[in-house]
This record gives sequence, C-alpha cells and structure tokens, in this order.
Amino acid sequence: MTDTSSAKVTASDNRPKGLSGLVEDWSSDQRAFKNVSWRKAMMWIFLLSDTFIFSIFLLSYMTARMSTKVGWPNASEVFSLHIGHTNFPLLLIAIMTFVLISSSGTMVLAVNYGYRKNRNLTAIMLLVTALLGATFVGMQIFEWTKLISEGVRPWGNPMGAPQFGGIFFMITGFHGTHVSIGVIFLLVMALKVWRGDYDKQTPGYFTSRKGEYECVEIMGLYWHFVDLVWVFIFAFFYLW
Amino acid sequence: MAEIENDSLPILPPAELEEVELYHATNFWTKYVFSQDAKIIAIQYSGVAIAVGLVALVLSSLIRLQLGFPEMFDFITPETYYQFVTMHGMIMVVYLLTALFLGGFGNYLIPLMIGARDMAFPYVNMLSFWIYFLAVLVLVASFFVPGGPTGAGWTLYPPQAILSGTPGGQGLGIILMLLSLALFIIGFTMGGLNYVVTVLQMRTRGMTMMRLPLTVWGIFTATVLALLAFPALLVATVMMLFDRLLETSFFMPSLVEFGDHLSYGGGSPILFQHLFWFFGHPEVYIVALPAFGIVSDLISTHARKNIFGYRMMVWAIVGIGALSFIVWAHHMYVSGMHPYFGFFFATTTLIIAVPTALKVYNWILTLWNGNIHLTTPMLFSLGFIVTFLNGGLTGLFLGNVIVDIPLSDTMFVVAHFHMVMGVAPILVIFGAIYHWYPKVAGRMLDERLGQIHFWVTFVGSYLIFFPMHYIGLVGVPRRYPELGDAAFIPDSVATLNSFISLAAFTVGIAQILFLYNLFRSLRKGQPSGHNPWRATTLEWQTAQTPPGHGNFGPELPLVYRWPYDYSVPGASEDFLAQNDPAQIAKGGSA
Repeated sequence: MTDTSSAKVTASDNRPKGLSGLVEDWSSDQRAFKNVSWRKAMMWIFLLSDTFIFSIFLLSYMTARMSTKVGWPNASEVFSLHIGHTNFPLLLIAIMTFVLISSSGTMVLAVNYGYRKNRNLTAIMLLVTALLGATFVGMQIFEWTKLISEGVRPWGNPMGAPQFGGIFFMITGFHGTHVSIGVIFLLVMALKVWRGDYDKQTPGYFTSRKGEYECVEIMGLYWHFVDLVWVFIFAFFYLW
Repeated sequence: MAEIENDSLPILPPAELEEVELYHATNFWTKYVFSQDAKIIAIQYSGVAIAVGLVALVLSSLIRLQLGFPEMFDFITPETYYQFVTMHGMIMVVYLLTALFLGGFGNYLIPLMIGARDMAFPYVNMLSFWIYFLAVLVLVASFFVPGGPTGAGWTLYPPQAILSGTPGGQGLGIILMLLSLALFIIGFTMGGLNYVVTVLQMRTRGMTMMRLPLTVWGIFTATVLALLAFPALLVATVMMLFDRLLETSFFMPSLVEFGDHLSYGGGSPILFQHLFWFFGHPEVYIVALPAFGIVSDLISTHARKNIFGYRMMVWAIVGIGALSFIVWAHHMYVSGMHPYFGFFFATTTLIIAVPTALKVYNWILTLWNGNIHLTTPMLFSLGFIVTFLNGGLTGLFLGNVIVDIPLSDTMFVVAHFHMVMGVAPILVIFGAIYHWYPKVAGRMLDERLGQIHFWVTFVGSYLIFFPMHYIGLVGVPRRYPELGDAAFIPDSVATLNSFISLAAFTVGIAQILFLYNLFRSLRKGQPSGHNPWRATTLEWQTAQTPPGHGNFGPELPLVYRWPYDYSVPGASEDFLAQNDPAQIAKGGSA
C-alpha cells in the first residue's frame, strides 16, 4: 500500500486539539493537513476556487438585477406550472430541489457503504445518485424548454428586464454543467466500484494513484458542493 | 564564536507517508512530449512562454516604431497599432509572466526545493501544460483571422471591445481572445491545484513551512491568489462572450453606433471593470510575489548572507497577497464611483506599501555587509530592487485619488506599470534563468555575455521608461497612435519619443544575445557541477545534475535547517545545506 490515504499517521494520537493543534500541524514538517490525502486536499482547494466562480456569477446577477431600469420578471409567475386550471408557483423547482437534495442523501449512503467495503450497495447508491442527478438535469431541460417556448431568450423576454434570460440561462446552465459532469463521474465511479477496482486498488486514470474507497467520499464532496450551490441559486433566482 | 558539532544528529519526526510509485515513461512520446515529469513540463512551459513572449517583444518594437516615428510607416495604421498594444499587453502579463513564473519556475522548483519526487498529480500537471499550449495557439491564431486580433486594449473594456469600431470587435479577434483566456484559466487551475497541494502535503521530513525557501513561499502564495482571482476573469470572459455571441446585455448599455441603435440595453460596463480588476490587481501580485521570493534567494546566495528577517519576509508575502484582494478599484478612480470608495481603496492601496517596503528594507539589510558576488544573477537582483522601488514610488502617486485623476490614462501610468510589473519581474526572470540554468542544463551560461545582457537591458529599460514619466506628466495620453499638433504638448516630447524608441530597439536586440547564450551554453557552456553557486537549498543537493526522474536518489533528503545558512563560521565550506545535519552550537541560527 503506497497511497496517502491509507498511510500511517504517527503523531495522530497525541496531537493537541483545537487551535493549538492547528498551529502544531501547520508548523510541522511533511503535511499541513494531517490525515488528509492529496486528492482530498486537491478537491477542497478546487471547490474553494469554484466557490469564487459561483459567488462572482451570483454577484454579477445581483448587480445586473439591481441596476436594470426595466422591472425584473416576477419569479412566482415566471416559474409556475400550469396544471389543470390552476397555477402552481415554484412547483417544478420545488420538485427539482427535492430531487437534488435527496441525491445528496443517497451520496452519503454511498460513502458510508464504501467505507464498509460493501461493494454492491455502494455501486447501487452511486447509481441512484447519478439517476437523481440526471433527473434534475432532465427537469432543468424541461424548464428551459418551457421558458424558451414562452419567449425567454438570452437577449430579451416578454416578462421584463432583458438580462433575466441571459443570466438565468448562464448561471443555471453553468450549474447544470456541473451536475452533468458529476453524473458522468458518478457513473464511471459506480462502474469502478462494481468491478472492484477499489478493492484491488487499480490506479485511477487521471491521478494514476491507487484506487481507494476514499474516492467515493471525494466524489461526495463535489456532489454536496454542487448541491449547496443550488441552494443559493434557488434562493436568489426563485425566492427573490 | 560558533562551533559545528557533528556528533549528535538532530532527531526528525518519522515519515508519515510511504513513498508513492512514480509514473515511468516508456517511450519518447511519454518521456519528452506528453511528459508527466514536472521538470520536463516546466521546460515546456518556459519554452512556450518565452516563444510567445518574443512575439510580444516584436509587437512592442512595432509600437515604438509608430510612437517614435509617426507617419513614417504605412503598414502601421491606428487599427493595427491598437492590435499591437492589446496583444503585447495580454501576452506579456498572462501568457509570459504568469505562465513562466508559475508553470515554469513553479513546476521545476517546487518539487525539488521541498524535497518531493514530483507534483502530487503528474497527469493533471501534464494536462495543464497542454491546455495552456492550446490557449496560446488560439491566441496566436487570432493574428491570422479576417480582421486580425482584438484591439480593445489589454483590459478589454466593454462596450468598445465588442463594437465594430474596434479592430476585431465584430470579427473573430475578440472571440478568440476570450476563448483563449478561458482555456488559460482552466489549464492554470489544473496546474495551480497541483502546486498548492504539493507544497502543503508533500514536503520531505524536516521541511516545515517556515523552512521553505522564499521562492517556494512566493510561488505558493501567488498560486493561491491565482486560484481565487482567475474565477473573476473567467466569469467576465463568459459574460462578454455571451454579450458578443448571444447579444445579451450584461456589460452593454443601450448604444447608438454609426447612427444605428444597437439591440443592447441596460447592462453595466462598470461591472466588467470591477470583475476585471478583481482579477487584474491580484494578477500584479501573482507576477510580483514569485519575483519577490526568487530575488530573496538569489540575493542571499550571491551575497553569502542569510536572509534578513525571514519570518517577516514570509508574512509580508502572505500579507501582500491578502491585501491584494481589497485594492482593485484603485484602477477605476475615474470610472465615476463614489468618492468614499476612492478613499477606502486609496487607503488599502497605501497600506500595501508597508509590507512591500519591509521587503525592500530586508533585501538591503541582507546585502548589508554581505560578501557580494557581482555575478549575473546578483546584478539582475540588484536591478530588480532598484526598479521595483522606482515603480513602487510612482505607485504612491497613482494610488492617491487626487493625484491619480490628472495622471489617469497618461504615459505616466504606462511608465509606472512597466517599471513595477514589466521590467522588474522580467529582470528577476533573467536573474533566475542565469541562476538555475546550471541545474537544468548541467552547464553554466556564459558570464561575460550575461553581464553585457544585464547592462544593456537594465540601462536600456531606464532610458525607455524614465523619460516616459516626464512625457506622462506633461499630459500626453496613452493609447494614441500619434499626437498631432496639440498646444499643450511641447516639441521635446516628439524628440523624447524617438529617443525612447531607439533605446527600446537596442534593448530588444540585446535579447538576441540572451537567446544565443541560452542555446550556445547547452553544448559549449562550462560544466557546472552539482552546486556551482554553493547554495543551500535542496535542488542543488541532488545526486545528478540535471536531476533525474524522481529528483533525488533512492532516499529523499532530510531537512535539518532553514535555507539560509551562509557564511557559517567553522563550516567546511562557508555554507550548510538544508540537508546537512551539522548543528551550530551557539551564536548561530538554524
């Protein structure tokens, strides 16, 4: 076993806790984050960078929304579903959010079963997560189609400020791309778990490091992040 | 009098990780082209960056042709002039300086200096270079498309950047520029994640953060800045691409162009300026911090003296990095923002002068009473300190709102930022190449050619940029291809412009000397041995020069001390390498 995640950590038991532990770790040699593998560190740093991307997207959205002279379209009308004879405001989006949050739950289960080395259940949970993610993307496509059929375009729309369409498509599209990439990686990972790559420690393609069930957890970090970002997009687009 | 004791070995903590298997190349392609070895990737990065930098150098000569001798060259029209200026700026700042410092020096030096065998994720590292290469190809391609590259100025300010009056604005120029930037950011992120993880998690036994050479601190902090600043540029890039391709109005107000009312409306050009400078100002320090770090190491080594105030130097780097995120709007004093904002940003800007001045003092105190060897790397380092100081002083003018407003968009600004983030970092790059070339090639660069190269470049740069301050102070605006007959511009400006151009051509031609030296020394240079500068850091202690795959021998080096034990009394040579277990009994620092 030559990988970082499984490596022995010698000083872990008697390291001080809390703030002095933090100082201790950072002033030590070899690793600033004890017990954190390279790939997990890399994912966290990537997510930090990605947080900046989404924050700046949302800040730009707020700036545009506050500075436009034409009124912003009313969210509860634009995003409502017309079923039978009644308008259900935010119905679709409520379902979408529910689906995505549920997928975080199944992801947690996948991570848990992964660490128990339960190959079958891990793979199944990853597949369910991917399926829920794909459902989310599918519903987003439906939502886009509906908005486009109602005349919303990147350069204008009949409901109000022309920036609405552009910003909506740009930000939900950017988030949807994140979800789609996540779904692809979830499927690949489910296949790997199914094949037993993580039991045999087959090296991963991108990292050429030996496979471990920790990879499931790192995938989970990404997935929860995408989920968390959605909460903000939901709040700023649909509830504002 | 300090004494060296060799009997009692200091005890290091045990290894926390077992060694990771290295990727082994099997053929020419995987060894030299799609290489996963950080050292090869570093050379690839540097080669491409220098090549594209030469394009930018030629462009700067064309700019000077026009400014020095207006109306003499028919092939330079106002349109082509703007294209030259834009591409010169963008290439130099992003594709040369950023790529060379982080992709080039970062890749080569980080693993070697911290005692690691390679980067954390060699495959991602390789992808990083090839995406960078693709970005450069897309950028260069814009020279060959109908309408040519964009002429929007390197800041790409909307609305003019995507209007038909700007060269490349309605053609492919601006699209390729934005695409290329987006690719660069993606590629850089891959590399940057590697550098950060490698520094944080892959240090060898005994290598604490506070024993890192300042070069690593500079590159590390700059990479963190880049990972947090480039997102702003990415978002701005995507939004402007939408504005250009889908006619969204993120940055575009309603406009009448040549009598046509355009379909845009309601967007905010100021938003772009904020996004651009939220990236743009940290970018200055992305370029400057590695230079700070490298120059500290060069000075210490070539003056045979330990760095003065190591801890303060580290905290200054970190502090400058943090502050660089809250000063961006000092580039926008004339954008019509609220005066209180100007007050805030002027204050934060001037606060940055504190850690920066601290660094300059510490460099000088390092030199104080040192055993200064005036080698080429040392000359370039001294040149850097002076130039950075000069550029910093004019920064005080421009950081203050009331002084900045009359100086805005004059040649004074051009002179200022060329001194502080053009000439100064380039001097460090040259110094660093002269310093580390022996490790990369196993041979020394020719010292005499190096000295000539230094003096022509250094004096030449001053002949270029000192008069430019004066030209700016009398009010000559920048980005004007020619000045015409304006009453407020004295005749001396035209003469000075011709003079500056001649100096610029001389400096440009002198770089051929450097390239010649670079290639000639590959075969004919003096063999350097493994540690020609008698330096303490780990990259000079490798078994092979140039270091083989895996950097070190079968055992990783163990680190017992900080990287600046020079002129140690009683040491067999005058220095103690970082992996030297000797203990200094008393009166020394370790």
